[in-house]
Amino acid sequence: MSALVLAHHRISPTERLKDAAAVAFIALLLGIPMIGLTTIDQGGALRIATRWPALLAFIAACFVGRLLLRYGFDQLRARKLAREQAAAAVRDRNLAASPLLTWVGWGALGVSLALPIVFTDNRYVVDTATTVLIYVMLGWGLNVVVGLAGLLDLGYVAFYAVGAYTYGVLATQLGWTFWQALPVAGAMAASFGIILGWPTLRLRGDYLAIVTLGFGEIIRVILVNWTELSGGPNGITSIPRPSFFGLPFKPPGDDPTFASFFGLEYSPSHRIVFLYYLILALALLTNLFVSRMRKLPIGRAWEAMREDEIACKAMGINARNVKLSAFAIGAMLGGFAGVFFAARQGFISPESFTFNESAIILAIVVLGGMGSQLGVVLASLVLVLLPELGRDFAEYRMLLFGTAMILIMIWKPGGILAHREPTLRYLATTGDKR
Amino acid sequence: MALALQQLINGLTLGAVYGLIAIGYTMVYGIIGMINFAHGDIYMVSAFIAVTVFTLLATFGISSIPLSLLLVLLVAVLFTSVYGWTVERTAYRPLRGSTRLAPLISAIGMSIFLQNMVQLTQGARVKPIAPVLVGGIDLLTVDGFTVRLAYSQILIVLVTIALMAGFTWLITRTSFGRQQRSCEQDRTMTALLGINVDRTISLTFMLGAALAAVAGVMVTVYYGVVDFFIGFVAGIKAFTAAVLGGIGSLPGAMLGGLLIGLIEAFWAAYLSAEYKDVATFSILILVLMFRPSGLLGRPEVEKV
Repeated sequence: MSALVLAHHRISPTERLKDAAAVAFIALLLGIPMIGLTTIDQGGALRIATRWPALLAFIAACFVGRLLLRYGFDQLRARKLAREQAAAAVRDRNLAASPLLTWVGWGALGVSLALPIVFTDNRYVVDTATTVLIYVMLGWGLNVVVGLAGLLDLGYVAFYAVGAYTYGVLATQLGWTFWQALPVAGAMAASFGIILGWPTLRLRGDYLAIVTLGFGEIIRVILVNWTELSGGPNGITSIPRPSFFGLPFKPPGDDPTFASFFGLEYSPSHRIVFLYYLILALALLTNLFVSRMRKLPIGRAWEAMREDEIACKAMGINARNVKLSAFAIGAMLGGFAGVFFAARQGFISPESFTFNESAIILAIVVLGGMGSQLGVVLASLVLVLLPELGRDFAEYRMLLFGTAMILIMIWKPGGILAHREPTLRYLATTGDKR
Repeated sequence: MALALQQLINGLTLGAVYGLIAIGYTMVYGIIGMINFAHGDIYMVSAFIAVTVFTLLATFGISSIPLSLLLVLLVAVLFTSVYGWTVERTAYRPLRGSTRLAPLISAIGMSIFLQNMVQLTQGARVKPIAPVLVGGIDLLTVDGFTVRLAYSQILIVLVTIALMAGFTWLITRTSFGRQQRSCEQDRTMTALLGINVDRTISLTFMLGAALAAVAGVMVTVYYGVVDFFIGFVAGIKAFTAAVLGGIGSLPGAMLGGLLIGLIEAFWAAYLSAEYKDVATFSILILVLMFRPSGLLGRPEVEKV
């Protein structure tokens, strides 16, 4: 039986060559206008430049690549088929139900707690880890809107911006501290979430997507142009850094500082490490908050709304409140992340809040597996570290980033941790496979 | 009054371009129900091809304007549709039948890829070309303000009208059009009736890309400068146009495009140029509040 299947999938070498030749032909068509030809600015006028060797190399790479890829895929498929037939009975290995993921989660927590202790002197590692955690927090926030409530939001960065600018303005113009501004900024972002949510209550799917995208752009354009409040394109500079319960991270002076209070020698890495633990705590709180919310009636209503809005309404769930609360809570979490971002950078400008940022946060949620908290962590690691690792070939890093997004999606269309654990099970044995 | 007329002309020109791009969004959305985020970048690729071909023609000494325009259009449409086909084949087809968000993310990835590919291969700087179509007709002069109808604007509007007519014929009268509409309604049933659904979808992408290619060439002729970032803004505007008109509806896409073009032109002239994007999106939100499926879109009836 398995031999039969294998024979069925065997493709003759001529066919393989033909297939690769077709790919090479497409590569030729794609390559001519972009790789083969280019225009160079010469004294104000454009001049044609040719790069035929590069085009030839590109076509050859496509030809060989296709041959190898096809061969590899066919081998894999044949092997997978054979294996599936052999072991059809032992299917349904349930990854999420296994305790493995829980252990991975605790392990990740341990690693993140120990990281700054191990790498105290390596500022770069701690900084990168802080960036990862900002994205984790944003991902968890957006997960409420997209993953749990199923509302596609393409303008999440707007709330991040609202949080960041609220702190920026309050701190630089009214002298508020980080801890005073944090709840205010969260409330501010939440009310913006409601402002966005209100007119879009009746919209579904992609209509909602474009409205949220437009909302993100509106906020950005306002930030660019409302110079008196936001500083315009120049942004807000010298935003105060957070202090440790009133103890600033400064070289020793007259006032007690963090270092002098604890009798430590002053080191600039104190602040870096403190910021790291601060965002870690914020992110963990977010996680705890969201996973608790999921167990409350409102959280269940979110997930029910995602699955079937009409059924929900028929059951007497108030769709308006459920949607608005998802928007508000998601926005609030984004706002908190924004405050932290402003405090950490000390400088914010509309540049940091473009659509690309929204796209990356959404990609984190979807790549991680919608609704999966650990998936968000994995995806943020991938999406933040990928461009960092690509620093050596800086020109190509965004190219690789785009390619990776496509490839991960094709490889795992449901996200890295695709399996969703149902909040409630009808019967203990009913597996939920989505 | 004169200013209003001028803005009407400018707005219609801009709107025609948005409309051409919006049709690509609307068709793709209609047939596979996804937002093709890379569509704006396809348009940008076409603009770059147009720049290259214009320069090439100038090198060969072809100076006849109609001939060079025709050649550029032909070449740009040809190569850009190959791009459209490839994008669908590599990034979207493997994801058919998966969740709704998967192709969206893949499309965003493709958009990032295309932008950076063009930036790497063609350079990050703005490329200005020698003006192709100069001059225009002075319509009237009021208080020293001359209303001018540029030849390039006439070209854009005429080409758009011709394309819309051809396209309407293609969709409503031909066998391909029937297949395309049938795929929009029910892909499984269409496949059961012996129609190659994959081929129809591929052709839809190529057609959408071809229209975006025409828009790209037109914009290159109109503005005379391109850079690798133009696809993003045009893409968002065109998508807004498609949604405003009612996504899935071809006349809706054109109507939406024209409306957005006009709103932008008038807002920029009379209120504030900085906030024209805010105006566009606010009007979109307002329209959707009262007509959740766009101006010409049919409301989705959901059976329980």
